[in-house]
Amino acid sequence: MDINLNDLLRRYRSHPFEDYPVETPHTGVVFLKVKEDQIVKGLGGEWLHRPGTLLYVIERERNVKRITALWSGQVSGIRLDIEGQFVEAGELLFSIRHQLDKEEIIDRILTQVLYILPAPQRARYFLAPEISAKLEQKPKEGVSVESGDEVLIMSLMKRDTVISYEGAPGALYKVYFKSGDMVEQGSPLLGICPPDKLRYVQKVIQRIRTEWEN
Amino acid sequence: MRTDRVHMADSGKLLSQLADRISYLIDIKGNSEYGNIGDLLRQIQGLRQSLFEIKEADLFEEIDRIEDRVSFLEDRVAEKLGPAEIVNIVRSPQRFTLIDILENVYDSYTELGGEGDCNIDPAIMVARATISRRVKNKLYSHQVMVIGHEKGRGEEYRNGGCARPWGNDKALRYMRVAETEGIPIHSYIFTPGSYPVEDYPGAAQQIARNLYVMAKLKVPLVSFISEGGSGGAEAIGVSGLRLMGSRGYYSVISPEGAAAIEGKIREGEKVPRELVEHCAVQLKITAENNLKLGTIDRIIEEPPLGARRDDFPFFRRLRYEMLRATDEVVLKTKNFRAFRAYALKRREEEGKDVPEDFDLFISWNLTDLEIERLLEFRLKKYMELGKGYFLENKNVLTDGIRKTKIFASKTYYDLRYGLLRPHSRNVQKVIEEVSSEGSVFLRKVTEPVRAAYDFVFPQMERPGKVIHSEGPDERKSIFAEEWESYVSPLANEDCTVTCPNASKYGCMDLWVPDLYGEFCGVCPNCGHHFPLEYQWYLENLFDKNSVHEFNDYITSCNPLGFQGYNARLKKDIKRTGRNSSMITFDAEVWGLRLVVAMLFSNFRGGTVGTAEGEKFVRACDVAGTTRRPLLAYIHSTGGIRIHEGTLGVVQMPKCTLAVREYNDNGGLYIVVYDNNSYAGPVASFLGCSLYQFGMRSSRIGFAGPRVIRETTGQDVPPDYHSAKNALRRGHIQGIWDRREFKKNLHDALMTLGGPNLYYK
Repeated sequence: MDINLNDLLRRYRSHPFEDYPVETPHTGVVFLKVKEDQIVKGLGGEWLHRPGTLLYVIERERNVKRITALWSGQVSGIRLDIEGQFVEAGELLFSIRHQLDKEEIIDRILTQVLYILPAPQRARYFLAPEISAKLEQKPKEGVSVESGDEVLIMSLMKRDTVISYEGAPGALYKVYFKSGDMVEQGSPLLGICPPDKLRYVQKVIQRIRTEWEN
Repeated sequence: MRTDRVHMADSGKLLSQLADRISYLIDIKGNSEYGNIGDLLRQIQGLRQSLFEIKEADLFEEIDRIEDRVSFLEDRVAEKLGPAEIVNIVRSPQRFTLIDILENVYDSYTELGGEGDCNIDPAIMVARATISRRVKNKLYSHQVMVIGHEKGRGEEYRNGGCARPWGNDKALRYMRVAETEGIPIHSYIFTPGSYPVEDYPGAAQQIARNLYVMAKLKVPLVSFISEGGSGGAEAIGVSGLRLMGSRGYYSVISPEGAAAIEGKIREGEKVPRELVEHCAVQLKITAENNLKLGTIDRIIEEPPLGARRDDFPFFRRLRYEMLRATDEVVLKTKNFRAFRAYALKRREEEGKDVPEDFDLFISWNLTDLEIERLLEFRLKKYMELGKGYFLENKNVLTDGIRKTKIFASKTYYDLRYGLLRPHSRNVQKVIEEVSSEGSVFLRKVTEPVRAAYDFVFPQMERPGKVIHSEGPDERKSIFAEEWESYVSPLANEDCTVTCPNASKYGCMDLWVPDLYGEFCGVCPNCGHHFPLEYQWYLENLFDKNSVHEFNDYITSCNPLGFQGYNARLKKDIKRTGRNSSMITFDAEVWGLRLVVAMLFSNFRGGTVGTAEGEKFVRACDVAGTTRRPLLAYIHSTGGIRIHEGTLGVVQMPKCTLAVREYNDNGGLYIVVYDNNSYAGPVASFLGCSLYQFGMRSSRIGFAGPRVIRETTGQDVPPDYHSAKNALRRGHIQGIWDRREFKKNLHDALMTLGGPNLYYK
């Protein structure tokens, strides 16, 4: 928890990007369909069902596979030398430099600052009634939790199991699911913030929301 | 000059009426440029603003001038009224709606199932109404159930008369109420189409359920069409007599929808107005067109520019026509001579004014025998729809042979399964009873002797007799024989393909000869079904050499003379070597004989027209005659063929009535969907099946994602039409794997169905 939020902020301010490498999934002959610095679109639609911009075509055993972008961003470091060449699996073709927006930066900061409670298995989750009631009353202040507190109810096959919080005491800062949702194993459920950093984190997030340009 | 107008208030009223007439003209023409109507409207607005500043005489003079001009323009528009303009008339907010009919045609009414927006679906209105007639100065009242679409007077919640599935369900519920109470149903159709949502039980499924019930609804049904939008219209429109307003339209698809398909317009792009007008003409949607095609029975004359909300003479005529139509439907069942006399008198009265009095009172109550006749007439009427609009390529000799064959087989199967089998069953039952009683008696006598014999000469116990059940030998591979017999030509390509679920389930690339050969086109990792040609099923699903096609000479044609369609049709006939998108044949599944109707995608996208409808009806007849189960295997269907207009639409009730008849006679009708199945057929003769199954990876629904987006303005998830979702909403009863299709089908044939099947 010894993270300097100012350093984090400075880092994101100077480099608000995430570079996603685009690598070949398997061997084959590659035909690039984008140019250096081209802006590409990622998955779209409400259910992320619309494919992004066509990035390249890879052909193996006369199976022409069209690979589309998963993230929006700008193409960088394109390797034009492999155009039309046979490549091995995992060959880096280029990167997509994705510009992080406010929410993405907040998410990244929070995952580093908060203690994340992941879902132990794929199930439906509900907030414990006490926590839920407290959150409704004081949504902004956060609900303090201690080790051993019952925070969640995991519902699977009509059986409810209470999940207790194990870790340093803190304030419940973020709930990553909607009550009653089916959550995949390992997905974040709760984000708990150390009490001493709570106000500071809130302030930083507020600053990002108001000051960040996009 | 008008001398009777003395008040300025009159001039205000006149101006407002004129403004209404002008905006109606603008609605009809679709723009305000025609005859400078826009200018006239502006002049009226100007007069309204300066009403008290102009001298009264000048004002009335100006009003007269504008009125003359408007009347002239109205006459001009009425003279050259095209189908696209009729569509605009129907869509105008000034056109009469169901509420106007309830208020002006019926004496009184009580709305059922909610009022206004406090309603499960305000697009559908149901009311118990009273309609009366005067006979020799005496008033007679009839009770009727009025069911119809209410477009609303600008109310958003009416949804423009587009019924949601639960709205159609409400209509169905009150149809049953009418049946219980034995009162006729008057349906009023004012819908551009059903609302294409797949919420329980799905738009298509609900329409199919309605059609199935209406097929045998034991009360007289009469319908009136103002705006008949395809399946939505049929959902409440099956009837003994169909009337239509002279300025209504009845169509398989909206002219805009047809134009988007014909012009291959991309989603979001504007459809050219000329193309819409062209399609409106081609689709033959007007009342005259429909009467010629036989899809309606009578036209009710409206004023030249269509009836509006305050058109009381029209409502008087409508009331008269509804009474007469119900009389006719009832009289047909009572006494044919009385009906003929009535119909002849009706014909004499055609074109004349509506009489004040009726000659006689006809009771609308029916006896059991009359109800039977009513249903017979309804069936007969629908079976005739679309006849003569497909080619049969037959000569007198072949037709004679065909008819003799049908007669002979009917006689043979009636004798074998209708007469001899019940008799043999009874005899068998008696023998069984006698033999079991006899054996008990004999056992008592022989038991001591046998015990003594066994004691003296003990014998080894003999093994019990093994009873072989009918069906597949479990030890045999179901693929071995099929692999030898037919392999999809798709397997001839030496390449690999990627499973669409590869990113989700990590499926490896598949070598095509393996995929389409050994794997039956199924991904061995995730079970995704790659599409296969219909021939694969013909060869692999049924026993070798058991497929015998019939009625293959019935050929699709271009009954509406749709421009440019002949060439496309010819091309498809040449390409597929078939005459329609439906193949009907006898086949066997592990020795079990059945009749199959198959819709396949290669011919006009598996759409259904008159030829397909007729083939399906005949397949139902064959299955009924031979007491065989009927399978509808839907390789793919894109709906009703738009190029056949309402002739295609009426195949929906026609085929559903045939299916209902077959089911009621103790048959078994199973539907299996594969690939894509949408629209009309799913909303009628497929969706009405009591047993429906979907292959994995099939998509089933009412409208495709694009139509849903364009109609509802909302996008749908990619798996909206998946077989899983169809199962969830109760549309299908199970999901089958292609590799186990034959086994599942055989099991279903053995376990499901009525008592009249030949093997039961």
